[in-house]
Amino acid sequence: MSSPDPLRFRLNGHPLEVGCESPRILLDLLRDDLGLTGTKRGCDLGTCGCCTVLVDGRPTLSCLTLARLAEGHDVTTIEGVTPPNGLSPIQRAFVELGATQCGFCTPGFIVTATALLRDSPHPGREEIERAISGNLCRCTGYRKIVEAIEAAGRETL
Amino acid sequence: MATPSPPKYRLLGRRIPYIEGPLKVTGRAEYTDDIQRPGMLVGRLLRSPWPHARLRSIDVSAARALPGVYAVLTGERYPTPFGVLPITHDETAIAVDKSRYIGDIIAAVAATDERTAEQAISLIRVDAEPLPEYSDPRMGTSKVGEPIHARGLLGTNIQKEVVQHFGNVDAAFAHAAHTVRVRGNFAGVTHAFTEPLATIAEATPDGRLTVWSATQVPHYLHRSLSEVLGIPMHRIRVIKPEVGGGFGGKSDPLPHEIVCAALSLETGRPVKILIDREDVFYTNHGRHPTQNDVRVATDSEGNILAYDIDALIDGGAWSSFGTVTTYYNGVLAMGPYRVPNFRYRGRRVYTTKPPSGAMRAHGGTNIRYSVELALDMIAEAAGIDPFDLRTRNALPPNSTTVNEFRITSTSFLKCLAAAREKSGWDAKFRKLPYGRGVGLGCGFYISGSNSPIHFTPKMPQSTVHLKVDMDGGIAVHSMQADIGQGSNTLLAMIVAEVLGVDLERVHVQRVDSDVSPIDLGSYSSRVTFMMGNAARAAAEQLRSKLVAAAARQLGRTPDALEVVHERIQEKGHPDVGVSFLAALHGAMETEGALTASGSYNTSPVGGSFKGARAGTAPAYSFAAYVAETEVDVETGEYHVSKIWAAFDCGRALNRLAVEGQIEGSIHMGLGQVMGESMNYRGSRLFNPSLLEYKIPMPQQMPDVEILLVGDDDPEGPFGAKEAGEGPLIATLPSIGNSLYDAVGVRFTDLPITPDKVLKGIDQRRREGRAWKGN
Repeated sequence: MSSPDPLRFRLNGHPLEVGCESPRILLDLLRDDLGLTGTKRGCDLGTCGCCTVLVDGRPTLSCLTLARLAEGHDVTTIEGVTPPNGLSPIQRAFVELGATQCGFCTPGFIVTATALLRDSPHPGREEIERAISGNLCRCTGYRKIVEAIEAAGRETL
Repeated sequence: MATPSPPKYRLLGRRIPYIEGPLKVTGRAEYTDDIQRPGMLVGRLLRSPWPHARLRSIDVSAARALPGVYAVLTGERYPTPFGVLPITHDETAIAVDKSRYIGDIIAAVAATDERTAEQAISLIRVDAEPLPEYSDPRMGTSKVGEPIHARGLLGTNIQKEVVQHFGNVDAAFAHAAHTVRVRGNFAGVTHAFTEPLATIAEATPDGRLTVWSATQVPHYLHRSLSEVLGIPMHRIRVIKPEVGGGFGGKSDPLPHEIVCAALSLETGRPVKILIDREDVFYTNHGRHPTQNDVRVATDSEGNILAYDIDALIDGGAWSSFGTVTTYYNGVLAMGPYRVPNFRYRGRRVYTTKPPSGAMRAHGGTNIRYSVELALDMIAEAAGIDPFDLRTRNALPPNSTTVNEFRITSTSFLKCLAAAREKSGWDAKFRKLPYGRGVGLGCGFYISGSNSPIHFTPKMPQSTVHLKVDMDGGIAVHSMQADIGQGSNTLLAMIVAEVLGVDLERVHVQRVDSDVSPIDLGSYSSRVTFMMGNAARAAAEQLRSKLVAAAARQLGRTPDALEVVHERIQEKGHPDVGVSFLAALHGAMETEGALTASGSYNTSPVGGSFKGARAGTAPAYSFAAYVAETEVDVETGEYHVSKIWAAFDCGRALNRLAVEGQIEGSIHMGLGQVMGESMNYRGSRLFNPSLLEYKIPMPQQMPDVEILLVGDDDPEGPFGAKEAGEGPLIATLPSIGNSLYDAVGVRFTDLPITPDKVLKGIDQRRREGRAWKGN
């Protein structure tokens, strides 16, 4: 077993150095080593989107990403898109419009939607559906999720 | 203009966001896999690569010798059979003597880390003798060489056979003006909840065992752990963290949950078992693959005379809920209609495949699809509009079915009227251009079961405890299981409504068998009805104590007072009153912290013949859906553009949650129509991933117009009935019938993939049978 090499990256805005073996997966590093359990493990195969984080602002499946690839980059998790007190407009819209039911897919959707609204503050329905097509939800039928992202977009006008 | 009457309730009937929503949207809601315990070991399972095999010997010596391995378990250590139904205990935690499907658990390991655990698994040597594979239920309906279970009926693989006959079906068919027969094949589908199965167990030196698990029914898990491990229930503590969806797939006590506990008992350390997504597919317990043969007879006006139904049900390796499934495929086919003569044969047959079990709208989905197609065919043959046909056959309120189901409230006629009007049916049916169509499908489902599992008739189905201390916060305990459907929120709403307090005062406690009174959990659409009534009873007790205290403080009699928002006051004199907190503190002077316990039990209903209780419920939901669909006749692809969903759930207590249940149900029903399918080659599942087992994408979802038209149910809490499963059922036939209206082809099998659509269109053209001029 190789000894863990230091891995340096920014996590939720803070510079970080952790020991990390080469084959370590980013999702495992976040959840198991760093205790950031908001990022969910749904399939380990890049099919469900529950593990979505932002790497340099781009939605990325952390279950398919070697932690090493984060070296020198910015990683933002659900914990990082959450304001220190209260909820972001997207989070508030998800709660108020019933876009979260069991909640397991929700952090992935929030992270994806955060990137979408940053790049396109007032997305239309089709644009939202395209953006979230890598995230699976089995509870809501997606309708309230799309409505919530639309509403959050309107709020940032 | 009449002034609108003020709303009857302050909270109930409104759109109330989930109380745990802020935790879920921030990733702070705690699911089983988010929990870490000090010194926790990793559990791993060895699964069978054989569909059916005798286990001659299992050599675990090399695995045991591996450094970092704390325990290796095989089947003989805890061989006590278990199962969700007390009458069909045919599972063991780990396979004993035989493995019965690819994925059956053969051995288990607990080790310091994943890598060691996996290495230990790879060191286990199994000497097995392959046995005959039975991948199709038809292979097991007569005597077989090596039955999958010894308990199969007379040397076959039949797990359960139900034969029922009410009235005289043959005579009815002999006099019928119209008869149709629909034979349908239904692929198995699975729940595909997003949170994989996960369990943590921790045996402690005080002789206790604590188990955290992603379960819909903590109470059944609690019982099964006790039975198999031989530990009294009071020494086992079951905790349900947040659960990331269930849909029936987390309602059986599952073998890995027991194995995890066993590994902790063996090692004295906490152990976590995560079931990866592939193994979630093998664990399955999804909707049964079914072969239906349905005949319906009517008179010349379309009045239903008889049903004659045969269902062959693929059970997979275990019984699970299968005895119930076998009954439901018959008895749930009748409502929402009056069926005077009814014959049914249902056979559920073991196969060497992953077990089937309960999935949303369990037992009422596939058969409903066949029946609703049959009714559409009769309507066409008789020249009657499909709505008119259903209207004249609707079960009346306060009636009894031929198999002695008690029907109380039904707003089915209102569902039909609303769906017909809002969808613009009369301007569209058979009038849209070729390739576009509308279809009607209806539904009927139990609002909880009168005959629940592990039911001790004198014990309540649901109990809710309340405790209020001087801070004015109300702690609510109950073993009802919120798995995302919003039952915690409803529990809080009911308590706050009755006590007149703000919702934020009510703190619904996590399910913990040490402190939660028993409720039978989230299955059979029972929670709103049963927990709701129990919560109401508890809150009303507490309200009486508060009102009595306020009466003493105000020098009035209790019946002169009323509870309003955060206050108790004299009726007609709102200035004479005390605050909720003042009344609470007054009450506490005499008895300390206030507590209350409310419960609900079903009243006995139904007939006295064998199987009479299956499908009896304190109330039923009703549905009428219209789907509008566009077919690309060149590719066979189709898009359901809109569904008008008229649903009778009595009074909708939280409209936001009810809408969510209906939209989610439509998504799940759409998936079963458009392509979801557990695909097997022989007994081998070959699409065990969310990439190959595709649930619908956002772009595939139709617009949904929800029409909640239910009148209050007389026994439901505040008039409510279920909305968790019934909303799925009507989805499938509404789409199936819309495809017929679009292209003139009956699709009797599910799923309906584009190749089947194209084949159907081509065949109709080849036969020279034009449809809508094409």
